[in-house]
Amino acid sequence: MSTPSAATTSRWRALTHHHLFWPVAVLVALLLVNVPFTPDFFSIKMTDGHLYGSLVSIVLFGSPLILVAVGMTLVIATGGIDLSVGAVVAITGALTCSYISDQADQNALSGVFLAMGVGLVAAVVCGLWNGFLVARMGIQPIIATLIIMVAGRGVAQLITDGQIITINSEPYKLIGGGYWLTLPFSIFVVAVVVAVTVALTRRTALGLLVESVGGNAEASRLVGIRSRRIKIMVYVFCALCAGIAGLMISSNTSAADGNNAGLWIELDAILAVVIGGTSLLGGRFSIGGTVIGALVIQTLTTTIYTIGVPTQTNLVFKAAVVIVVCLLQSPKFRAKVFGAKFGPKSGATSGGSAAAEPAKTVTTAEAAPKMEVS
Amino acid sequence: MLNRRNFLTAAVGVAAATGLTACAKDDGGSGGSSSGGGGDKKITLGFSQVGSESGWRSANTDSIKSAAKEAGYNLKFSDAQQKQENQISAIRSYIAQKVDVIAFSPVVVTGWDAVLKEAKAAKIPVILTDRSVETKDESLFVTLVGSDFTDEGRRAAKILEKVLEKAGHKGKVKIAQLEGTTGAAPAIERAKGFKEVMDAEHKDDWKIVVSQTGDFTRAGGKQVMAAFLQSNPDIDVLFAHNDDMGIGAIQAIEAAGKKPGKDILIVTVDGVKDGFVAMSEGKINAIVECNPLLGPQLMEVVQTVKDGGTVDRWIKTKESDFMQDQAKDALPTRKY
Repeated sequence: MSTPSAATTSRWRALTHHHLFWPVAVLVALLLVNVPFTPDFFSIKMTDGHLYGSLVSIVLFGSPLILVAVGMTLVIATGGIDLSVGAVVAITGALTCSYISDQADQNALSGVFLAMGVGLVAAVVCGLWNGFLVARMGIQPIIATLIIMVAGRGVAQLITDGQIITINSEPYKLIGGGYWLTLPFSIFVVAVVVAVTVALTRRTALGLLVESVGGNAEASRLVGIRSRRIKIMVYVFCALCAGIAGLMISSNTSAADGNNAGLWIELDAILAVVIGGTSLLGGRFSIGGTVIGALVIQTLTTTIYTIGVPTQTNLVFKAAVVIVVCLLQSPKFRAKVFGAKFGPKSGATSGGSAAAEPAKTVTTAEAAPKMEVS
Repeated sequence: MLNRRNFLTAAVGVAAATGLTACAKDDGGSGGSSSGGGGDKKITLGFSQVGSESGWRSANTDSIKSAAKEAGYNLKFSDAQQKQENQISAIRSYIAQKVDVIAFSPVVVTGWDAVLKEAKAAKIPVILTDRSVETKDESLFVTLVGSDFTDEGRRAAKILEKVLEKAGHKGKVKIAQLEGTTGAAPAIERAKGFKEVMDAEHKDDWKIVVSQTGDFTRAGGKQVMAAFLQSNPDIDVLFAHNDDMGIGAIQAIEAAGKKPGKDILIVTVDGVKDGFVAMSEGKINAIVECNPLLGPQLMEVVQTVKDGGTVDRWIKTKESDFMQDQAKDALPTRKY
């Protein structure tokens, strides 16, 4: 009797101790909350030759956030932070759209590619500037990136002349609002960026270098890692991701809005990274966790729209969910709450409260060194 | 030590960056004033604008600048960049320069008493544009030239009656509402005005089934509408608090395989150029205008006030409502 239940307990423990367990659990819970409010929430049907449904919308509208958050993950892994991503989103969108709107033929592929190139180069320049300030000048990342966060939106407004630039370009519409092989095209872009990032950080030593710089930049330098170069690289990568997100956001509505494009996306991205289990102190990071985190935030936003939360309480609702998610992520909190409530209960099913006690100590004992490693 | 130095460098950097933008805006302002030219008996008008946050606002600024030029006034223009302290210091500098009339669009509603008293002491009349202020002393400003947002909501409900009639819609009407930025006066009052008419005249057949904020942006309108269409696939009517959210929603409706303007009737407020383009394509059914071009009206009031005449406490902007069949004719007249 005790052997099979012990086996399930250990399997269950292995599952709950996986670093993605809690983010995924929250995501699933949020998705399920929608079901009573949205009839056939999980159903996906074909409309006008492409797939259509709530899940498709969540991925479509969540794509820019996933991209920005993936870039942010690497920056945070080096112990930094990038507040300028929202402004970079605005600048890229503004530059690209104003370039396309100047074209005689907005549907010309060459013009669209050139415009996107111009936008992305601007994004990379912003990233180089951030990286230069942080790595070469030794300025606190939060201050260094604040400069572009504040000034960048002004630059975007300067480019758009304070107006919303509307464009009418079919090829450009594809990247953020179009469909390919019945799926939103942005899914493919996100998949490629995530795959490349994972391959670069997990199949090469790059990920290890990033983690070691985040763990201790000075020690890394002393063992021969060029930590400055690594730092500049992650800021450039982050800005590039934000740039692609900027293309998506402006393409999604076929318009560049210097004031509102990507407004506060930096905070959502940081939140996604944290929900995904990457520590803000730097060091270990999880790209998969970040993607889940971004999906959690987008699902939460959609949920707010569909379950009829009054607009005045939107932010309170969002905050409450975020607090719960963060608490669930904390091993100390789990040990306190679940140890007291669920411990004896699961102990009773397995046949004795004595079994629960060691389980509890294991939880805390395992959690503590884990925190130190990361 | 190192940290402090770093922090200082950064602080200087940020200060320089903000300083630069501020300078750039100031230059634009003085450019506008110098274009007014300098004469002896010209009326000098000091104007402090909220900022340049939207297309509507820049159209508003352009209208005031060109109307002042046309009237031959000397305009001193400054952009407060959404900050009350900038606006207060601009008004103080106008008082110091002894301008004839001060006009401004207040960033926020409260906290103006002190500076307005200074203006009153200097015997300079103050005119508010677009937005009002809250003050106990009514004598602190002469008049408000601006839109009546509540009335815009009422007009939207009224024009929806016409739209429904034209579309031949009978029976129950399920309405989705895209609200503006939560807490903003236009959002609160447009919703209020719309509900007023709805409750008074259509209590049984009209119902707002979903209502959410789209933050006055296209991206917001699109995302919220996409979610609405999932949770309430049988929406008949969309009422959007501005054109931009309506335009975003149109894209979401199209992605859901429905026809905006036919399957879902759309009424929006503002009347920007892109809104009229969408209406001329048949995707918006009616637009309630919120006119930013109040420059000419403002100049009239300035003249009357300067001549010692009396004006109403609230001079409402001249605005009209547009149905689809008027869209093509009205489109070329849209400047913003």
